Amino acid sequence: MSATLPPPPENGAPPVVALEGVRRRFGQVDALAGLDLVVPSNKITVLLGPNGAGKTTAIRMITGALDAHAGVVRTFGLDPSAHGEEVRRRCGVVSAKPALYDRLDGFANLAYAAELYGLGRGDGIDGRIRAAAARFGIEHALDQRVGGFSTGMKTRLALARSILHEPDLLLFDEPTSGLDPESSHAVLEMIREMTADGRTVVMCTHLLLEAEGLADKVVVMEDGKDLVAGTPTELTRRFWPGTVVLVGAENPEALQVARNIPGVRNLEPDSDPTRLRLHLDGDHRIPDLITALVANGVRLTRAEPLEPTLEDLYFAVRTKKPIADDGGRQLTPAAEDDGPLTDRHRQVAALTGWPGAEGDHR
Amino acid sequence: MTAVAEPTPASAAPPRTGWRNLSRKRIWIVARSDIRQLLEDKGFWMPMVFLGAIFFLIIPTILLLTITKIGDVQVVSQMSQTLKVLPATAQHQIKGTSDQGRTAYALAVFLLAPVAIVVPLTISTAIGASTIVGERERGTGEFLAHSPAHEREIYLGKLIASLLPGYATTLLGFGVYSLIVNLFVGPEVGGWFFPTSQWWVLMLWVVPPFLALTLSIVLRLSARVKSTAAAQQAAGLVTLPMIGIAYSQSTGALFGAGSAGLWLGVVAWIVAIFGLSRGMRAVSRSRLLGVADGV
Repeated sequence: MSATLPPPPENGAPPVVALEGVRRRFGQVDALAGLDLVVPSNKITVLLGPNGAGKTTAIRMITGALDAHAGVVRTFGLDPSAHGEEVRRRCGVVSAKPALYDRLDGFANLAYAAELYGLGRGDGIDGRIRAAAARFGIEHALDQRVGGFSTGMKTRLALARSILHEPDLLLFDEPTSGLDPESSHAVLEMIREMTADGRTVVMCTHLLLEAEGLADKVVVMEDGKDLVAGTPTELTRRFWPGTVVLVGAENPEALQVARNIPGVRNLEPDSDPTRLRLHLDGDHRIPDLITALVANGVRLTRAEPLEPTLEDLYFAVRTKKPIADDGGRQLTPAAEDDGPLTDRHRQVAALTGWPGAEGDHR
Repeated sequence: MTAVAEPTPASAAPPRTGWRNLSRKRIWIVARSDIRQLLEDKGFWMPMVFLGAIFFLIIPTILLLTITKIGDVQVVSQMSQTLKVLPATAQHQIKGTSDQGRTAYALAVFLLAPVAIVVPLTISTAIGASTIVGERERGTGEFLAHSPAHEREIYLGKLIASLLPGYATTLLGFGVYSLIVNLFVGPEVGGWFFPTSQWWVLMLWVVPPFLALTLSIVLRLSARVKSTAAAQQAAGLVTLPMIGIAYSQSTGALFGAGSAGLWLGVVAWIVAIFGLSRGMRAVSRSRLLGVADGV
């Protein structure tokens, strides 16, 4: 790869990873089919997508574990296929399967990694190993064989191993795979803490709730390509136009008066028949809306501005359901061959206006 | 996303890394970790010790003890007659005045030579067959693939980890065997005589390249097949003829002139180095990850 990639700085700092038009085939299958990816420094970037979207292959491209068949890969500004050792030395990886040696104890697993990453041996390294293990609450099990560890313990040990050599870039491939909810939560908290000391994190997941609240940047992938990328705020702005307020009243019929209140664009039924979703033309309309409803004698039981979850955005990007060109006031029924569409999907599609003014967001 | 730039075809071949750039330290780290895992697995090293004990301790003890203690019976006499079919160079080397002494000497020096080949090849093949495919099956190939270690360092580390246990067991067994031979046959031929110069050549010059050559093939198989079971099967098929060749050549070297073993070693080393340099290409990161075409 001889081309020099001109990655645009994000927040003033050059991106840690820049992939452009990257392709990789496995036999007849395109694992990556022109992936573009920019990972900003000191942020958590979440690769979101279904199984087979190419998330794991993307991680392998970043470290140079696999070479691209086409396209440009730069990690720390280097081509990993030519400077693999240097790139990999600065990366810490936790794969979906913890990749630990079951016959060795926890300490030996970490010591092996420490040596392989050039940290050497000795008391200083022993202390570092114990400190890394302590950070993930696994120091008590360092003298036990990993084969006897629970999945959660293995994940913690793999996390400890990933930071042992103090990498600049951490790559987590579905790190909570196989964990119970409590352990998953703990692992995600640990990942969040890791960015506090200035590391860059790339995390793959197909679990939307994992990414929620964790991601500084989201890249939605499908079929080896990036469908859309941006911060949750940017995605909300792009795919969630306007303001939506969920209102409930003792007499739901009385809420129909909202049609005549300035700034209300649309009334949409909610799954709860006692409530309505009111589409406004801006957040500034909310106080006037409440005041007007009360002034019209509506006894409100609920008034809640709705913020889109990552799940909403994800489905908005992936379902790509067409809507009527009326500002989102009426849903066009989904084509039957598109498969079942839940109310939630229809609402999201209506709200986001996909395919929208920005066209194809790939 | 980034500004659109014309994608440039990536180089398909990995960058060349010269031998000088390889880290001996990392090779040894990989080897040491693998050996440590083997030592932690009693299910592996117990059969290994048992195999060495059978070939170097139990069988020689029974045979040599039987021959030297049976006395001048017809069986020993007949065995002594069969020594006449040995090459003249070998016959001249046989020491001893009595039939049982000459028979025991011939058995110890010439006829039990194959054990020196069978034991290390069997042990090392068993280890080598699973060493790379095992990493893939356990998922630890992912760890190695993302590590700074070069593929060749991983290959050489695995080679050493496969070679050392078999060879070390053989050397240890050889020491025990030497003691047994000297204890049982020595009194019949005028004192301790073993190892002979041919055996030193065999153990230190001929066995290692045969071991390395066999492992170069076995590691290639281990990198290419889909499962440990398939690797064991394929390695067995490859190893059997290798054992046959090594058996015949090493026996021939012992029977032949003094320099035969040295020349055999030279040829074996040349072939082994060629085999290793070819085999090294079999280990790639995509194979460690299990995503290489054909794996």
